[in-house]
Amino acid sequence: MPADTEVPPIVQMRGITIEFPGVKALAGVDFTLRGGEIHTLMGENGAGKSTLIKALTGVYPIDSGTITVGGRPREFRGTADAQSAGISTVYQEVNLCTNLTVGENVMLGHEVRTAGRINWAATHREAARHLENLGVRIDTRSMLAVHSIAIQQLVAISRAMVTDSTVLVLDEPTSSLDRSEVEQLFAVIRDLRDRGVAILFVTHFLDQVYEVSDRVTVLRNGTLVGEYPLSELPRATLISLMIGRELDDLAALSRSAVREVDRDAVPVFSAHDLGRKGVLEPADVTVFDGEVVGIAGLLGSGRTELVRLMYGADRADSGKVEVRGTPARITTPRHAIDHRIAFSSEDRRAEGIIGDLTTAENIVIGIQAKRGWLRKVSKAEQSAVVADYIDALGVRPADPNRLVRNLSGGNQQKVLLARWLATAPQLIILDEPTRGIDVGAKADIQRKVAELASQGLSVVFISSELEEVLRIAQRVVVMRDRRKIGELISHDIEVGDLIDFIAQDHVTAQLETPESVA
Amino acid sequence: MKRIIKHRLFWPIAALLVLIVINTIARPSFISVTVQGGQLYGPLIDILRNSAPLMLVALGMTIVIATRGIDLSVGAIMAVSGAVALTIIQGSPDPNGLGTVLIAIAAGVLVALVLGVWNGFLVSVVGIQPIIATLVLMLAGRGIALLITGGFITTINSEPYRFMAQGYVAGFPFAFYVSIAAVIVVALVERRTALGVLTEAVGINPEASRLAGVRSRGIIWAAYAVSGLLAGLAGILYSSNIMAADANAAGLYIELDAILAVVLGGTSLMGGKFTLAGTVVGVFTIQTLKSTITFLGVPPAVSPLFLAIVVVIVVLVQSHRVRAFAMTLGQAVRGRKTPTSTEVAS
Repeated sequence: MPADTEVPPIVQMRGITIEFPGVKALAGVDFTLRGGEIHTLMGENGAGKSTLIKALTGVYPIDSGTITVGGRPREFRGTADAQSAGISTVYQEVNLCTNLTVGENVMLGHEVRTAGRINWAATHREAARHLENLGVRIDTRSMLAVHSIAIQQLVAISRAMVTDSTVLVLDEPTSSLDRSEVEQLFAVIRDLRDRGVAILFVTHFLDQVYEVSDRVTVLRNGTLVGEYPLSELPRATLISLMIGRELDDLAALSRSAVREVDRDAVPVFSAHDLGRKGVLEPADVTVFDGEVVGIAGLLGSGRTELVRLMYGADRADSGKVEVRGTPARITTPRHAIDHRIAFSSEDRRAEGIIGDLTTAENIVIGIQAKRGWLRKVSKAEQSAVVADYIDALGVRPADPNRLVRNLSGGNQQKVLLARWLATAPQLIILDEPTRGIDVGAKADIQRKVAELASQGLSVVFISSELEEVLRIAQRVVVMRDRRKIGELISHDIEVGDLIDFIAQDHVTAQLETPESVA
Repeated sequence: MKRIIKHRLFWPIAALLVLIVINTIARPSFISVTVQGGQLYGPLIDILRNSAPLMLVALGMTIVIATRGIDLSVGAIMAVSGAVALTIIQGSPDPNGLGTVLIAIAAGVLVALVLGVWNGFLVSVVGIQPIIATLVLMLAGRGIALLITGGFITTINSEPYRFMAQGYVAGFPFAFYVSIAAVIVVALVERRTALGVLTEAVGINPEASRLAGVRSRGIIWAAYAVSGLLAGLAGILYSSNIMAADANAAGLYIELDAILAVVLGGTSLMGGKFTLAGTVVGVFTIQTLKSTITFLGVPPAVSPLFLAIVVVIVVLVQSHRVRAFAMTLGQAVRGRKTPTSTEVAS
């Protein structure tokens, strides 16, 4: 049960202010975390969530304010100080040693010693006990690297328990987990809560907030909006608290999908039996002018694999591709770009942005790569293009000379969208363009996609949020277990139908899809 | 003032100036420049002249490092290009003819370019790690040079060839003009075309660059080709200076000096953003250090140690962390509040 306000708080942060050159990242923010509660920190990108967490975990020094942990005022000069105060952090990208065994990771620094030497047998037994406490039964002598991200996170949590942490910070732990893994993680953190651990949870998934949280603190533009018990806070209210405006935008967008698409014309892109051994069973995909084709399916269903083959990011070993009715050979990204096909990867950091270049350079590099190195995009042309897109997509800060790695996730995504739109594609493939970004940026991107499609651009849109897919796409390709299991016209169905379709064993409801799956 | 300090060339230039000042204090004649027969003489002029080969090599190294690579073979390539050029001149009936010398230089540089292309092929097409790929030529190159010279140290007499490293034009050493011309050409090619920014993109995030349509293979390949070509030119200058092709001594350890010059100039070994101006400053710093050793009469036996100590100090002075730490210390001594590091935000 949610803890009462009377329970003495474990963490009290008062008047926290952190300034970066030119920006006040946090301005006098208060934050309270009690034992035995799961507390979610919410806010748009740039609201100051990560800054607050970094202040609590000792990554950033604070400019003013106080941090009290367990009744004692603390001054964190580094992450080690925060850890010794009992604060452990589990990140989305697990920060463990993947080249060590599970047991070594759990017990690192706390190995069981016998006569001054490490007793490995006892250490592994101890590690296994800690893992078992969380319901994890794996071989502690296996390498951490062989386990899924989900298991690695649970290992990180066990490690936090070994170090007797009273505060557990989970920074977007669920971003790369599938549904059942999320369930397992939630079971673990509920259990820890019931044992009195204070849990700070950060996520972008509203459903998960309501599923697991007791309390929520909302930040906006570096200031505190308020702290609320979640049971008294309807979703719509929470969202409007976060973005500070009503959700008219999102509502107006609902079912832009209804627009008609001419499917008798020659398709912009069509692939027949496109596949790769061990990666994707041969699948057909067709995209018409001005159509948004959604790809729905769980993580690992083959949706990313499919679009990577379409773009030539990976090489297909079967299938034929036609662009506007003409056979095309697309085996590298360059081929796709030459056919005016653009692709924005789901992994923004590793495969999207070029972090140490500026916003302007990141936007222009698409055009530049297309032109070749000899014909440099002139300064004047660059500033014109960049100013246009910063304005059209609402990139913040609107400073073209800022390094793109210093932008928030949502703004990085807008920069990537700008990069591709600047190359004037006829088909743009967006793999999870709204993952891990805030509601405001999400709405901006959805609106832009709908607008572009209405102007004739063809879009392939992947998203884990089925509602979003149904809202934006006119047609949905459904994937499961690395193969295409069917297609649906999106205005015929609701999210529930889509879930049923993904879940069912034998596909019966099919639409213009040639391969029946037994 | 703050903006000057923030400029990324501030600390490299400061280090160079401090070195010059120390030298001058130790022996005021260090900054004296005399005119004899229309030619400038003096320790500073020697630095300009002697730094030319390193300048050429370090320029190429900067580009290679920007792609996340490294080129260990530059010294060996210098040996090969010198051997090719001198063998041609030696075998020619007219070693003093300008035509002969130009052909010899062109041949030497062309062979070096081929070797650079080979390195680039191994790295960008075959996919061998740069340090291993260029190690091949680093080891084999001197063997090739020995094969060309037949195992001897080829010596020649050729006035036009001697002019490359030892001649003067308008008071300044000709070699200095060669190195400055190379700096200007490379800077123009990198910055006036998109090659520079595409190279940085590939160095910062190869996969994102590939997906954005950047032809990273060609860009990486070109970097090694340029590095080879410039090393070839450096080999010509080196052999012209001693008028001999010494396959074992030519450009020995120059790859290390070049890497050091690049780093001193502020280009990260992690690749990505690079600064040619920084490399120029780095080269002058290293060359000044080397003359300091001779000028101050540091015994040859301990000169590597002296060099190492000074390099460590220079690198430390340029490190953000060390400077931040020193400032914290300074302020703690004066009893003021510790400043928050501005580094975290950037």
